[in-house]
Amino acid sequence: MYGWIWRAIPGGTGVKLVTVLALTGVAGVVLWYVVFPMLEPHMPLDRVTVGR
Amino acid sequence: MRMLLRTCGELSVTGGLVMLLFCAYLLWGTSSYTEWYQSILKRQLLEHSRAAGPGGKLSKIDLGDAVALIRIPRLGRDYEYAVLEGVTAEDLRRGPGHYPGTATPGEVGNFVLSGHRTTYAAPFNRIDELRRGDAIVVEAPEARYTYRVSGKQVVDPADVEVIAPVPGHPGRRPGKAMITLTTCHPEYSARQRLIVFGVLSARQDRR
Repeated sequence: MYGWIWRAIPGGTGVKLVTVLALTGVAGVVLWYVVFPMLEPHMPLDRVTVGR
Repeated sequence: MRMLLRTCGELSVTGGLVMLLFCAYLLWGTSSYTEWYQSILKRQLLEHSRAAGPGGKLSKIDLGDAVALIRIPRLGRDYEYAVLEGVTAEDLRRGPGHYPGTATPGEVGNFVLSGHRTTYAAPFNRIDELRRGDAIVVEAPEARYTYRVSGKQVVDPADVEVIAPVPGHPGRRPGKAMITLTTCHPEYSARQRLIVFGVLSARQDRR
């Protein structure tokens, strides 16, 4: 999978490297600011109130 | 076949990294939201103090409003959180929450606060370190109330008696002003609750 992505990215090694870093960054940001905040309320940890 | 195995492996490693990142988010990422919201609540409290004037008390606190500042010297000189009204999941993301309907700061009865232990800036992370006699200072707009820790307990999540006006004795009429802090126990778990009790020992009016 990663081999295929590496080959699919155009340009020389330097350009490929920059593209890969940018893609990883975008994935990280989407996870951190969109996916994780959606998942977090469903985690069974840090329930602090009593009752109900 | 080999291709399939390799893809499986790569996906697993990626999944593992994503989970690690999620843990980092829970521990540190959630705090930034709390810290941002705490600054808003603290500003609101300053305005409340000004509005209340010397010795005055705010007539009504709406859900989501700042109630008071809480300070616990044992947990550090800069330990200070703004408490807000309400204990919904969203309220608790913003800071320690006051159970609506329980006593107000300094009032006879039980002033009950809940706070996160491991996520969202973890305001109550170290309340297990509190010992009998430690001060819990509540800075309300009208006065500073100093409670002294009187006990600790680990209970089931369903044990609502701990937040009764007389903790542990629902239905009994309160004669003392108490404070009760609740958080999860053990850390990172929803299995039990850690409860810290305190009794009001001093009241200092604002000039």
